[in-house]
Amino acid sequence: MPTPLKAFACGARDTLPMLLGALPFGIIFGTLAIASGLSMPATLLMSALVFAGSAQFIAVSLVASGAGLLVILVTTLIVNLRHMLYSASMLPYVRDLPQRWKVPLAFWLTDETFAVVHRHYLDASAPTEHKHWYFLGSCIAMYSNWFACTLIGALLGSSLPGMAGWGLDFAMVATFIGIVVPLLRTRPMLLSAVVAGAVALAAHALPYKLGLMLAALAGVCAGVLAERWGAESGKLTGGVDEPV
Amino acid sequence: MSLFEIALIGGMALITFGIRYGLFAVGHRVRFNPLVSRALTYVPVAVLTAIIVPAMLMPGDGGMQLSWHNAYLVGGLAAIVIAALSRNLLATIFGSMLLFFLWRWLLA
Repeated sequence: MPTPLKAFACGARDTLPMLLGALPFGIIFGTLAIASGLSMPATLLMSALVFAGSAQFIAVSLVASGAGLLVILVTTLIVNLRHMLYSASMLPYVRDLPQRWKVPLAFWLTDETFAVVHRHYLDASAPTEHKHWYFLGSCIAMYSNWFACTLIGALLGSSLPGMAGWGLDFAMVATFIGIVVPLLRTRPMLLSAVVAGAVALAAHALPYKLGLMLAALAGVCAGVLAERWGAESGKLTGGVDEPV
Repeated sequence: MSLFEIALIGGMALITFGIRYGLFAVGHRVRFNPLVSRALTYVPVAVLTAIIVPAMLMPGDGGMQLSWHNAYLVGGLAAIVIAALSRNLLATIFGSMLLFFLWRWLLA
């Protein structure tokens, strides 16, 4: 019979591959944040309190480009909206837990932990007890890794002040490409990306980074419309399975 | 820490936690309108592409730089190729960054 501690350790162990993926991401975030003009405490506090990689990356690049607070917060909202899908998927498994469990598990719900833990909840061969401890193990592994990597990156960034001119912001571009390209497996996804990219270029001169919002909205609409249109014409069933 | 940093981090933390915790707090089974949940699946691709494309083609807030002197464009194209072939995040990041820095060094 598994103990809570064992379930916790299993959750942390199964998250290990995700930790490796987040490692460079966290270090680069730390250096980039310092290079963008964020102070050391603010950089660390952002990783400790926000704990959302893509949103943090985008926020520091917006800070560097002189964007206002409201723009950054609205962008954070849009970029993190996907987490609502995750919490909706996890809800059946956590809704009977007390709030003292729900609050921390929600705070630590990231893309990586969702991927690992949701699979575990669906796995009929896994023991049914203490699955929330497994969830917690995955969370703590991701969180401590993210904070440690941010710290390393921030220390690197502040000991090498010339780093701002190194073009490290390319690391963000490379990371985002590495995330997006594998997702472009259906025609609607591809169209969504093409439309978002084109609108972002065309609307780049708009103030307050409005071009980014406009492009994201256009991309989402293009994807949904393409999916519907494809489903209606019978070429695509649901638009999710057919590879390009 | 400046006031701006406090507002930035406080605001981002509240928004992110609100999104993650909202449904847990309500606690009932939630069924999204299918249109909404379909739309949400396109958000990451649309937002990230809207950041990537101008960063590759208009680096440093200048105008369009459609030239092989633009290391962001060359490195970004390399990243797209590596990602499409390998579907591996680490290979994409390290491979394209290597080319990016090499390119800048060669052009300098």
